[in-house]
Amino acid sequence: MTTEIRRTSEQTTLTEPHPYIPMTDDDCAAMLATIGVASAADLFTDIPERYRLPELRLPDALSELELLQEMQALASRNQTAADYACFLGAGAYRHFRPSIVEPLVMRGEFLTSYTPYQPEISQGTLQTIFEFQSLVCELTGMDVANAGMYDGASALAEACLMACAVTGRKRIAISDRVHPNWLSVVQGYAHGRGIAVDVQPHAAFVLSDEHACLAVAQPDFFGRMSLGAAAWGEAAHAAGALYVVAVEPISLGLYRPPSTYHADIVVAEGQSLGVPLSYGGPYVGLFACRDRFIRQMPGRIAGRTTDSQGRTGYVLTLQTREQHIRRERATSNICTSQQLIALSTAIYLAALGPRGLRRVAELCYEKAHYAADRIDGLAGYSVERGEPFFQEFVVRTPKPVAAVNQALLDRRIIGGLDVSDMLHNRMLLCATELNSRAEIDALVEALPDA
Amino acid sequence: MPEKNLMQLSHPGRVGVTMPASDVPASAEAIPPELLRDVLRLPELSQLDVVRHFTRLSQLNFSIDTHMYPLGSCTMKLNPKVNDAIAAMPGFAQAHPMQPDAQVQGALAVMHGLQRQLAEITGMADASLAPLAGAQGELAGVLVIKAYLESIGERRTTIVVPDSAHGTNPATASMAGFDVVSVKPQPDGDMDLDALRAALEEHGPTVAALMITLPSTLGLFDRNIVRIGEMVHAHGALMYGDGANMNAMTGQVKAGDLGFDVMHINLHKTFSQPHGGGGPGAGPIVVQERLAPFLPSPHVARPPRPPLPQGERGSLVAEFVLEDPPQSIGRMGAFGGQFGVLLRAYAYIRSLGPDGLRAMSEAAVVNANYVQARLRGAYDLAHDRTCMHEVLFSGKRQKAQGAKTLDIAKRMIDYGYHPPTIYFPLVVEEAMLIEPTESESKETLDAFCDAMLAIAHEAETQPELLREAPHTAPLRRLDEATAARKPVLRW
Repeated sequence: MTTEIRRTSEQTTLTEPHPYIPMTDDDCAAMLATIGVASAADLFTDIPERYRLPELRLPDALSELELLQEMQALASRNQTAADYACFLGAGAYRHFRPSIVEPLVMRGEFLTSYTPYQPEISQGTLQTIFEFQSLVCELTGMDVANAGMYDGASALAEACLMACAVTGRKRIAISDRVHPNWLSVVQGYAHGRGIAVDVQPHAAFVLSDEHACLAVAQPDFFGRMSLGAAAWGEAAHAAGALYVVAVEPISLGLYRPPSTYHADIVVAEGQSLGVPLSYGGPYVGLFACRDRFIRQMPGRIAGRTTDSQGRTGYVLTLQTREQHIRRERATSNICTSQQLIALSTAIYLAALGPRGLRRVAELCYEKAHYAADRIDGLAGYSVERGEPFFQEFVVRTPKPVAAVNQALLDRRIIGGLDVSDMLHNRMLLCATELNSRAEIDALVEALPDA
Repeated sequence: MPEKNLMQLSHPGRVGVTMPASDVPASAEAIPPELLRDVLRLPELSQLDVVRHFTRLSQLNFSIDTHMYPLGSCTMKLNPKVNDAIAAMPGFAQAHPMQPDAQVQGALAVMHGLQRQLAEITGMADASLAPLAGAQGELAGVLVIKAYLESIGERRTTIVVPDSAHGTNPATASMAGFDVVSVKPQPDGDMDLDALRAALEEHGPTVAALMITLPSTLGLFDRNIVRIGEMVHAHGALMYGDGANMNAMTGQVKAGDLGFDVMHINLHKTFSQPHGGGGPGAGPIVVQERLAPFLPSPHVARPPRPPLPQGERGSLVAEFVLEDPPQSIGRMGAFGGQFGVLLRAYAYIRSLGPDGLRAMSEAAVVNANYVQARLRGAYDLAHDRTCMHEVLFSGKRQKAQGAKTLDIAKRMIDYGYHPPTIYFPLVVEEAMLIEPTESESKETLDAFCDAMLAIAHEAETQPELLREAPHTAPLRRLDEATAARKPVLRW
């Protein structure tokens, strides 16, 4: 498509109509006449003349066909689980996405609406938020949940800030087995607010009356499900601190919810509930807490009410916590909720039901344990045992993990995460219901040659 | 008839999808009983139940795909379907964020390209795509300023924010540990330079930055913007730009030329990511050279390398790599950003090209001024001067007639339009902020203006019609007071 520029009285006109811009020359002329100016340029005279209409060094426009071709070429430069067996987890998990999810999420009425400022014409979004909150409460066992955060990591950071607001303290304790990327987010948020972060060795926590919270992950970064999680909660409470627990939502199909081991705030990365990997986003953070902390909770919340005719409806509520009302005294600056992704997880859970979620969790557990048992039997390889694990486990490799992974890639297998910077020659492997026995066997056969 | 919720629709024994049986031998290692869950309560629905429930819910929404949505400051423009198709391409959708860089060169090429596009469009040195939303972009930008000032040994603790700003601006400043000082606009809508001077002099060496939206939330391009930048810089402070309103500026002027040091860009506004009912968006930031070392992690770089020898395996030498800027403020989220959103923005910029981007902002401004011209007689203008991409009216005349701005907004629903942003900015009484965007045709704008004129007439002659609106929506007005007083937040 050629898009030579033609200037008429400094007015931008495209030689070809563009599908995103319906204004024709005739339209423009009629509208300018109504406005009472001679040219569109006259509407930009508040901009200092010498800075107007700068050169934009960007490539020329593409038609839709050309765009699709260019983007497909870029997409095919990625080597992904679309064409490879994949055993990567570490905070983002491949799961089966039932076919009904995508067409419902992509309905234009959901996709192209915005924040439900006008509840009378936003009940679809508002009721979805209410249902999402309810589902998060059911999963985590907590009393209340918000409409969602940007992702699990930022949800954890906000939980730590919230604990500081609740307790009036300016120091947090956090396990060194929280995902390292999540730790970075927590430290950035904490630095902003002038909050000290004590990263403590896992399971050897030392709390004082200065700590606003203890934050742990269950399963931890290495996939382990600790038996000590309840004791840590008691220790946190003994120090007058809140207990913040980051969980993996699929694991909650099998494992007890954090409400049963004293959690005050629960956060999670919601991506594993059938959201595509999409190279890291968009995902959604789950955020739930005890009733008594509602008014310190960040983020949007929908509540049930009635309309003037007495019919059930939903509205955004408790907004006096939020930035558009409270400004610099708001609980957070967040003003969206990853709503479309939250919707996707709600549809996923509605489709699976309790039976489906439990089955997915069992499949992850069984496949990961099958893989671990077989790898453990290989010469030179060993699986780190000790604590029970869910769907991820650490493997000691006989040679550098990067070399092992490169050899696996040649056999069309994306191996585990190289965690050698934390544990020498260790790889973090993950299996989910999407890893067939044949794939796992192929991995096991490839490793000795790697 | 209100739609029941999922739990009300639940019937034990139904499923919406089946999961396969295990194809591996059962593990000998059982889950310790003290870790096992006993009760899992989730709704149980048939597949049709699920499909029908969410389809019905969707039909209760207004959306861009179904209605004109002139929500000021939100840039509710066309969301091209081709961009959704691109985000769904398996090579993108199935890329894992922890894969080595060499395996995801396509994804990194897009991100690097978008970093360069955004820097070019705004006239800045570099960009970070890490922030996950506009508000988080603000936080990243302010933390970059904080880190920069700390690096040169300055301890500045105050941020100046016009009181017409989005609430996120002061909330962000506070999250980043700054005190907030507000300044008011002068009557013509531009910033009051005397008030700014007074604020800068009073707080002098403690001022870290001025956070300013351009065009302002009043829909106006501040004619003194260059002077404002000079004043701020003269006090050793930095200029933070809120890019929420960039739809008016793209291709018309570059923020970097006007004296801005850092700015966030709402990809879901100017660059057409679907708003999704309230996210996901994305809030990349662009910065001048001296702030680049502090950008969030990760940043996509293209290190200069010698050409590969023939036959060398390309996967060992990546063209694009993720790196941590040397004095980075750290990560904003677990991974590299809202990749699906970034893809759509990249595709949008490629679809328009430089001339299309300029035509886009020009059409957006013409459309807003056209609405202003057509409605000028019927509604009071907050500022009667050329507006940019949005026009700010006040409903105070109608309020005196017995119909508040809220009533006007609700009546618009009956006419089939999503109401504009109302009661924002807070500094204008009975505010109505209308942003038509470039996506709407003249026919649609004319119909919209006709409806607004009809409503103005109704306000004059039968205001009770407005006070009781909406009449045709799925629900009438909702009781928000009780919702807040006795919160019911789950089934």
